[in-house]
Amino acid sequence: MKPIWYFVGLILFIMGIIIEVNGIYFLINPPVDKKVLANIHPDVWWGGIMIIVGIIYILKNRKVKIS
Amino acid sequence: MTAIGLSPVDWLIIAIYFGFVIGIGFYLKKFTKSEEDFFLAGRKNSSWVAGLAFLSANLGALEILGMTGNTFKYGMFVAHFYWIGAIPAMLFLGIYMMPFYYSSKIKSVPGYLKLRFDEKTRVLNGIAFAIMTLLVSGINLYAMALVLHTFFGWSWHVSMWASALTVAVYVTLSGLMSAIFTEIIQFFLIWFGLFLVSVLGLIELGGVHQVLSRIPESFNTLWSTSSNPAQNGMMITWGGIVLGLGFVLSFGYWTTDFLVVQRAFSAKNLHSARMTPILASFFKMAIPFIVILAGLIALVLANDPKSGFHLLMDNGHINYDSALPLLIARYYPEGLVGLGVTALLAGFMAGQAGNISAFNTVWTYDIYKSIINKKASDTHLLWMGRAATIVGIIISLGTAYWAMSFPSIMDYMQAIFSWVNAPLFATMLLGMFVVWITPAGAFWGLISGMVSSFIMYLAVKFSWVGLSLITLSSPSSDMAANFWRAWWAWLICFVVTIVISLFTKKKPKEELVGLVKGLTKENLNENVPFIKRPEFYAILSLIILILLNVYFW
Repeated sequence: MKPIWYFVGLILFIMGIIIEVNGIYFLINPPVDKKVLANIHPDVWWGGIMIIVGIIYILKNRKVKIS
Repeated sequence: MTAIGLSPVDWLIIAIYFGFVIGIGFYLKKFTKSEEDFFLAGRKNSSWVAGLAFLSANLGALEILGMTGNTFKYGMFVAHFYWIGAIPAMLFLGIYMMPFYYSSKIKSVPGYLKLRFDEKTRVLNGIAFAIMTLLVSGINLYAMALVLHTFFGWSWHVSMWASALTVAVYVTLSGLMSAIFTEIIQFFLIWFGLFLVSVLGLIELGGVHQVLSRIPESFNTLWSTSSNPAQNGMMITWGGIVLGLGFVLSFGYWTTDFLVVQRAFSAKNLHSARMTPILASFFKMAIPFIVILAGLIALVLANDPKSGFHLLMDNGHINYDSALPLLIARYYPEGLVGLGVTALLAGFMAGQAGNISAFNTVWTYDIYKSIINKKASDTHLLWMGRAATIVGIIISLGTAYWAMSFPSIMDYMQAIFSWVNAPLFATMLLGMFVVWITPAGAFWGLISGMVSSFIMYLAVKFSWVGLSLITLSSPSSDMAANFWRAWWAWLICFVVTIVISLFTKKKPKEELVGLVKGLTKENLNENVPFIKRPEFYAILSLIILILLNVYFW
């Protein structure tokens, strides 16, 4: 079976993509109701970090099978 | 308050999490063929998998919300729960106790009590643990619904049933393995979903030193105000912290609570099982950088009128648990709110799955097979494990509705651990390290410890005696009472066990080989270089623990 790390990578990657795309949308179309520190766009860089970590886990474990 | 609104993107992230964990349950079902697969995840996990699951089983959302709120209330003393109140016990489990647990091939902690003492001690602990697990599971479920209802406006019933059904599906399908998988996913979601709160808080306030400099000394140190209970937020002396939390409560929980120890039993060999709590200790020490830091940031913001930040009030009382959700609402934009809520949901559900998977094992082996059906086949036990999962979830839901009708039972949760785990640690310690402790001594010692802890709780609750009689100091707090009550219960169990053992029949030494130190051949590290031994990593962990305590003294 696939190791747990593969699934960790998968869920971080999928959620990271959603947060990143949403963050870029609001970067282009700023929302009316702004949160504290909205100017540093945490969704854009945090989503990016999740995508990178997710990809690393997926690539490292995509061919691994445990018995 | 106005509920924190969720956008369609936030809902999408939450839906992905639910779909993911149910999908994992179905994926793992085809690999769950025997009772050992179901109850012990096939005993094939690496120390990393078992270690993160070991930590995550304890890292429920209730703990995260509660400890952030407690930091707001008591200050940095709460970090003791993560450092002196956890690390020494985890290292002791890995170095000294795990060889006896793992090598005896038991399936549960009560199973060790049967081998070392007798059947009645096993059944006593099995029943106490099963009741405790279902109570905690149900109260967790209620607490989750309370949080989701208060902060996000969700329906009580939908919140409880949706999460209980999801847990029921994936634990019934593949038992401990799916519980461990979801616990590890929860670990990552908590870091990615909640650590950002601390990062953004530090950016807003200008760094750690700025945060610490803006709160009083009684709230921003670990030990320097512990000589006088009037000078620290928790109103406790260093003696209560060291004896009650650092020794009894911590060792009682981390070394004997089957909920966490079961994860180490799932390791593929003794070396991995010993490394499980030791690896977990490094991550445990890092949790305050989410929980304590967020609580301190909330405290600084609440003390600054210009920040516009203040905690919720419930009937004139501060709702300390609102600290973390309100910080999420302050900093997180759409999408990240969904991630933060998912992290909390994952914590709640993984906590419940952990309780249910420990319950189904103890019920099946230590109660059902031990008392009701001694000749049950492996296939029947696998069926019984699945049935116990469903029944356990139903009882948890019942407990949750009970808690909803009587919110005061939430108060009991803090005390439950000192009723069951604190005396059990005395029994285990004596059982593993003293050859002449007898079955009668263990049984009556355990009963004395549990009953005395319960009576002390009632005595303070209903003002039969003053709190200061238990805590040996005035002023004191409920938290101090929990620490001291655990210490007294442990001491009573310890003394009664020794005294009765002096006058009752001992077990033959040949029956104790492999179960007691001194009668067991120790060849744990033959041909293993020092830097790969559990002892090396335990020393490393201990050094980091000391450095953290000195730095934040």
